[in-house]
Amino acid sequence: MTGEAAAVKLLTEDGKRLDGRALNELRRCRIEAGVLKNADGSAYIELGRNKIIVAVYGPKEVHPRHEALPDRMLLRCRYSMLPFSVAEERKSPAPTRREVEISKVIREALEPAIFLEEFPRTSVDVFIEVIEADGSTRVASITAAAVALADAGIPMRDLVAGVSIGKIEGKLAIDLSGIEDQHGEGDMPIAMMPRLGEVTLMQADGRFTREEIVQALQMAREAILKLYEEQKRALKERYSKVPPVEPGEEV
Amino acid sequence: MSERIYTVVPAPRREAIRSMIKRGERVDGRKPEEYREVKIEVGVAGNADGSARVTLGHTKVIAGVKASLGQPFPDAPNAGVQVVHAELIPLASPIFEPGPPDENDVELARIIDRGLRSAPALKLEELVVVPGKQVWRVFIDMYPIDHDGNFIDASGLAAMGALLSARIPKLSTAPDGTIVKSEEKTPLPIADVPVFVTIAKIGDALVMDPCYEEELVMDARITFALTKENHVCAVQKGGRGSFTLDEIQLALDMALSVAPRLRAILDTVQQKVNASAAKPT
Repeated sequence: MTGEAAAVKLLTEDGKRLDGRALNELRRCRIEAGVLKNADGSAYIELGRNKIIVAVYGPKEVHPRHEALPDRMLLRCRYSMLPFSVAEERKSPAPTRREVEISKVIREALEPAIFLEEFPRTSVDVFIEVIEADGSTRVASITAAAVALADAGIPMRDLVAGVSIGKIEGKLAIDLSGIEDQHGEGDMPIAMMPRLGEVTLMQADGRFTREEIVQALQMAREAILKLYEEQKRALKERYSKVPPVEPGEEV
Repeated sequence: MSERIYTVVPAPRREAIRSMIKRGERVDGRKPEEYREVKIEVGVAGNADGSARVTLGHTKVIAGVKASLGQPFPDAPNAGVQVVHAELIPLASPIFEPGPPDENDVELARIIDRGLRSAPALKLEELVVVPGKQVWRVFIDMYPIDHDGNFIDASGLAAMGALLSARIPKLSTAPDGTIVKSEEKTPLPIADVPVFVTIAKIGDALVMDPCYEEELVMDARITFALTKENHVCAVQKGGRGSFTLDEIQLALDMALSVAPRLRAILDTVQQKVNASAAKPT
């Protein structure tokens, strides 16, 4: 963050980023819903080089049973990176402290969107596996997980989509890539319910002024509305593929 | 993977707390934007290189610093090492269970670690002894010992108090080239003094520095770590609820308004420690 940050140039002379993007430009995002046979809901997301797959199981009976909640659904969430998903040396398959924390904040980013209280004593499990990581994996995971939850038919107030706002060479930039996250001056992942405009995840490291935080939230909102369109497109595509039931046909 | 701390608040009590907050009142008599009284004592654990006990209302957190010589991280050969650890021990509350650290312990430690690292609290580059080979490794361990809410802010104060009061041996090079620790002590190189401020959302209201019962009924919380220049150096939203954009700005302004007061307490600690160190023994 300090010292070494200056060593890697993240912006070209004409103000473009290393991958040719403008500061407020998202990487290419493609989402596919319903990619797994066994899961009740699933989704696959590619955001730039990030590749993440999400499976949702439930609502179902809680195991172990004593974890069941009398007043709402138990949402469980596991974010995990495959050992070969990282650019650096092989990551140990055991959960790291980073993954433990990210699993928690992703769960808390999804919970506001779900009608948890409608499903007491049940559980829904969200399993997230990062196949290839290139920065902003936690927010891309949230974007995909919301689609997987919708694909599973879980009643929701809204979808949830996320984007990271970073600071590179003193300027705010959206959707940090791995190298920008590593050498930039700050990273602020933000997730929102796009339609309701409410923030469900917000974290930050690095240094930001009050004005930068306000600006970052606005930038995030705009980017999240774009991701929301892709989420809806993926869900519509998935269900346009389901053949309509003919009158008189046995289901 | 799922929350382990699940405590049922009786519905009438929950409603009472929430309706009080709607009227601008709080269970412990505070105003919505009021921070509890803060006390910091340093030197509470004599074998630690630095230590502090923070009292925030009825919440108590003890933090200790131990520094040792060791290898740097391979990806940061020219920087000292900062390791932050926290454990929500059963001594502090009946809702904590013994066992390996769960997501709550990990989250607490990582928020404090990010705030200290981003500020930065420690000049890690000054903790290098032999570049690429030997550096000071500074371990900061935080243990809540009594739970009345808002461990994040209290742990941040305790961590900073412990760092500010820490004294590590001066090093010298012996004729044969080995590094020798001398009896003489020196403070840790401090760059900034970040403070952590947590605001809870309960219904439509934002309340500063939630107490235990408020945490049990809150919808969500947001923590800002703030540097001396009032820059934000870490943020963490927690809880099952959400914030509007306006609420985040309001919460940030609440945090900015109380940060100077918290930092003043740490500044006093630093002055006292330095004054007592300067005294001839």
